[in-house]
Amino acid sequence: MSRIEVKNVTKKYGAVTALDDVSVTIEENKIYGLLGRNGAGKSTLLNIITNRVFPTSGEVLIDGEPVLENDKVLGKVYCMSEQPLYPESMRVKEVFKWTQEFYPDMDMDYALALADKFALSTRKRLKTLSTGYTSIYKIIVALACNAPVLLLDEPVLGLDANFRDVFYRELIARYSEQPRTVVISTHLIEEAADVVEHVLIINNGRIILDDSTQNVLAAGCTVTGPAALVDEYVAGYRVLGSDTLGGIKSVYLLGLPDAPAPAGVEISGMKLQSLFIHLTNA
Amino acid sequence: MQVDLSADVPIFLQVAEMIENAVLSGALKEDEQAPSTTEISVRCKINPATALKGITRLVDEGVLYKKRGLGMYVAKGARQKILEKRQQQFYEKYMQPLLQEAKKLELSYEQLVEMLRRGYAP
Repeated sequence: MSRIEVKNVTKKYGAVTALDDVSVTIEENKIYGLLGRNGAGKSTLLNIITNRVFPTSGEVLIDGEPVLENDKVLGKVYCMSEQPLYPESMRVKEVFKWTQEFYPDMDMDYALALADKFALSTRKRLKTLSTGYTSIYKIIVALACNAPVLLLDEPVLGLDANFRDVFYRELIARYSEQPRTVVISTHLIEEAADVVEHVLIINNGRIILDDSTQNVLAAGCTVTGPAALVDEYVAGYRVLGSDTLGGIKSVYLLGLPDAPAPAGVEISGMKLQSLFIHLTNA
Repeated sequence: MQVDLSADVPIFLQVAEMIENAVLSGALKEDEQAPSTTEISVRCKINPATALKGITRLVDEGVLYKKRGLGMYVAKGARQKILEKRQQQFYEKYMQPLLQEAKKLELSYEQLVEMLRRGYAP
């Protein structure tokens, strides 16, 4: 069991509203993509779920129990975030050992094997690690700790393409072996697009999209052709944006038109990243 | 085997097609074991549920069958089945866009036939 319910959560920092009456349910054993622009409220949401930040109003339940100062429930969750959780003079090996104290199901053999795969020396102190390796030691702890809920806030920050590849493969392999609830927040959307089963888009503190990846991708389309024909064809549909180049117009739509496209007008799909850009550009 | 991550075809269909191609080419023979959901999802970096959906489609179409406790296997007659299905789809999938492009370029029927003859010659 590992279901998260966020109920009417609002978070204000002085005059700034970081989260505005957010309600969302994260179903168990699915991989979610939490997408949002810088400052949209992603990290605030993850921090509230893990009781690191208190909401101004509203509440978060995990398996029906409030997370507020609830160690039993919080023990089910591992949240990887930018904030360091360990003293920076600590060695990687010690981090693994201490994590095992809080997460008794931690798989130490796997953690060490993974450190090997990422070429991370476990004798190193945290303060000597580069940005990429700081992400790597956190990734290893997250994947090895065996918590039923994993919240990954920018897990691939500073990672090169090869290590991002290793990360996604390991994540999928672990998940296939033992399904768990995963929320990935990232700006590298296309890399995560095929991995996430469900998409949440947060914009200006509100969830503006909450649907399966498949539905989201099926809904977005690009209509391209002579400007006049395109305009006529898409009239009445929800247009997210458009580009014009030499009389040819591309219109980005949410919702596929029912009528077949007139000659000269082409319909193609839209990648998650384009959809995201058009939805959050306003 | 590679999934082409184009936006126009759902990934689960691409997964099914990838396995069909392996059977068509003979890389995957009848009564041989097909790749598992985990292998596919790790290799292509896609959600296991998506890979499973692709596999399930092939089971429904009689291309793959499940051996209890062992995994998925290629059914007898799978190659023939795929061949027939793909031949049926050929006109819609390849001829229609070809004709559309040919008309856009003002190629005549004779020119098209000539190209076809040139390309098909051994």
